[in-house]
Amino acid sequence: MNTTALTRGALPRLLAGLSYDSPARLAEHCRQYGPLPVVGRRFIDVVDAAGLTGRGGAGFPTGRKMRSVAARRGGKVVVGNGCEGEPASSKDRLLLTRLPHLVLDGLVTAAAAVGARDAYLCLHDHETGLLASLDDAVAERNDPVRVQVAGVPARYVASEQSSIVQYLGGGPAKPTFAPPRPHERGVRGLPTLVSNVETLAHLALIARYGDRWFRSAGLPAAPGSMLVTVSGAVCLPGIYEIELGTPIGDVVVRAGGPAERPQALLVGGYFGAWLPVDVAWPLPMTHAALKAAGGALGAGMVLTLPASSCLLAETARVVRYLADEGAGQCGPCVFGLPALADAMADLAYHGGRGRVLRQLAALIPLVERRGACRHPDGVTQLIRSALRAAAEDARAHDEAGPCHGVAREPLLPLPEEIP
Amino acid sequence: MKLRVNPIACTGHGMCAELLPELIRLDPWGFPLLADAPVPRELADHARRAAAACPTLALLTGESLVPGAGVRGGGRHAG
Repeated sequence: MNTTALTRGALPRLLAGLSYDSPARLAEHCRQYGPLPVVGRRFIDVVDAAGLTGRGGAGFPTGRKMRSVAARRGGKVVVGNGCEGEPASSKDRLLLTRLPHLVLDGLVTAAAAVGARDAYLCLHDHETGLLASLDDAVAERNDPVRVQVAGVPARYVASEQSSIVQYLGGGPAKPTFAPPRPHERGVRGLPTLVSNVETLAHLALIARYGDRWFRSAGLPAAPGSMLVTVSGAVCLPGIYEIELGTPIGDVVVRAGGPAERPQALLVGGYFGAWLPVDVAWPLPMTHAALKAAGGALGAGMVLTLPASSCLLAETARVVRYLADEGAGQCGPCVFGLPALADAMADLAYHGGRGRVLRQLAALIPLVERRGACRHPDGVTQLIRSALRAAAEDARAHDEAGPCHGVAREPLLPLPEEIP
Repeated sequence: MKLRVNPIACTGHGMCAELLPELIRLDPWGFPLLADAPVPRELADHARRAAAACPTLALLTGESLVPGAGVRGGGRHAG
């Protein structure tokens, strides 16, 4: 058994089993990480002690979420969310393509702990090759839980947990009104635990090595490691495993450092926030620190924007994309997001004749916290942070017109049109 | 008692703002903006009436937040 890479405090953990090119097969996987212990409900205490929080974006304590499902009577369901709706994130895809058994170990472990006999692993339905290879991985195993690999429509809000739950129950892949929440009434009316696939992969390691091992990386208040997708104007963009609490600047340096003089960092993806470089650089990668800075850790994206780009034009383009990606269910989102996208486009490309900033300030509260899901709130947080991080530039755009940066090729990724 | 709108069910008829203008006004697109405070006792009956009059039953009082729970008073689900 080769577990030398998983000694206390050492990284990588999740990525220790990464092979050159192909997905790890079951035998190889067991050699790397050791056999998967069988757990029961008491494993939830271990997860609590480990202090694992969800790695999909919200950062909710995983143990508490598991407990709320385990406490309910009757049948239960566990869902592994690998949809990764954030265009600037690809860490979940890395886990699913290269370390499928780590994710499946976590899914099975979570099911055993909460008492579920049915489990789903969800990813975008256009990933037909990946869906097939995950079916193969499931077939290689002999799990006591029925595991189904399921494709979900590749829309931004379809990755939201209530959307997935409704879709698996035969409904549309759109968010639902809460209550009831999935842990109360989820797939086919059964209490349902929805966890991001990286969270499940961490569970697979906690089951093997325990809570003290897990806490030997990261900070006491934010323990463990996490996967981050570092992109934009850096020399070595890619996916890195870091300890929670690593300063954002160190994360950028690990990715080869800035490729050009940086202007601002987008941390947490399109549900996160822009932070000026000097603010972001020393900030630790934790939910608490990023929230205090007006942002969010999200699913761990760090994107470096060079000084030669226009932050407002980049944001306007993403806001338009997000406005188009709504589920079309809630009035404030249906009407408010296109209005915000129009105003941002005016500000970025046309100049506002001194009016657009006021218009944005009036629109934002008409959209915020008025949807069934958090989609509109993500958009307003992004806009607010853009107007803060590029405050001077925003005034200049509004009064005098666009800057030279709008001519630059856009840097923020949007998904390609899916046929 | 606290008011809440199910934004998926709401289609912007605007009935609620007409029946309960003290606590509800409409945004530029005709969807309700609710006061963020609990419903004062003297308006509780008006709030219940507005909720019952909503054509899509999208306006919820704290008492009926859990679907199927019905109006039972007591504020068990309030907030």
